[in-house]
Amino acid sequence: MTTRIVELRRGVLKKNDQLAAELRARFHAAGILVLNLVSSPGAGKTAFLERTLRELRHLGARVAALVGDLETDNDARRLASTGAPVRQINTHGICHLDAEMVGRHLEGWQPAHLDYLFIENVGNLVCPSSYDLGEDIRVALLSVTEGEDKPLKYPTMFNSADVAVITKIDLAEACEFDRAAAWKNIREIRPDVTIVETSAKKGAGFAEWLQFLENERTNRSIAMAQAAAGK
Amino acid sequence: MHELSIVEGIVTAVTESLANRPVSRVYTVRLQVGALSGVVEEALQFSYGIATRGTILEGSILDVDHIPVVIHCDICDGDFELPGVQSFRCPACDTPSLQIRRGRELEILSLEVEEDEVEEDNDHQNCRTAPGRAEEE
Repeated sequence: MTTRIVELRRGVLKKNDQLAAELRARFHAAGILVLNLVSSPGAGKTAFLERTLRELRHLGARVAALVGDLETDNDARRLASTGAPVRQINTHGICHLDAEMVGRHLEGWQPAHLDYLFIENVGNLVCPSSYDLGEDIRVALLSVTEGEDKPLKYPTMFNSADVAVITKIDLAEACEFDRAAAWKNIREIRPDVTIVETSAKKGAGFAEWLQFLENERTNRSIAMAQAAAGK
Repeated sequence: MHELSIVEGIVTAVTESLANRPVSRVYTVRLQVGALSGVVEEALQFSYGIATRGTILEGSILDVDHIPVVIHCDICDGDFELPGVQSFRCPACDTPSLQIRRGRELEILSLEVEEDEVEEDNDHQNCRTAPGRAEEE
């Protein structure tokens, strides 16, 4: 018997990262823009997504959603009312979605010719930050009722966000929401990140949000065309 | 708290890595945890004792190396360690930076294990794994 050191140098999340990379390649090949929505519970992800799906469909975009929750299919039913194809992922106690769950729930269900796939993560600002789902854009949502210092309390999540959405902006005045402080805190954690203020109830900020989505799709098409031309 | 899932990932990774080695015991697992990995050591240690039960890692020590965030600053043309995760600015010139060089790590560096000495002896490995071959030759 002998004691020795075995060098490993292996990422703990290597399996998830590999699966996520495979998903991303599939999504890109199919020309789908994929967004991962993360926030604390009650920040308004589902209401925000519901309005986003409705408005995008109204504009003729082809959209679908995967929605993660610990239990119940309440959110999926709510989102399905928009007419978009929706699937529920029940994690049964697991506090985050991972790439395997996303891949498994896409089996036998690849809504053809999608422009956008939205993945609504489990309401949690900690754990989902570690798991790549193969998304192009990570959207961190923050409601005005939560306090302006949320980004400072959950820096890991906000630092990994590609866009920050402030929700329930119609309640800002009642909550004495300090807009300048919120923007400053978000940008302290994630410099230059795009910030959009929205109200899913009143529709405020949605024109800007939809424009952001369209720009992302356009940039993607240009990047893909350039990559193809480069070959 | 997703540390239980993380520990399950560690168990899987270690078990796979040791599949072809004559390891009888694992003493220590050295893990790098970045300040931006989203993992908390206390929760990790708590989960470790539970999730390693009945595995080759049972009774082993989880030795955590904490890695601070390091950003690159274009203005100063250098890499800088940050004192925390509350601000992503260059400590020298205060310019915000998006270029994170370190701090997202969640990686198993190495294992301290007990191995069967004879089978690990490379000079005799062939005759051990394929008995009889030496005689034929």
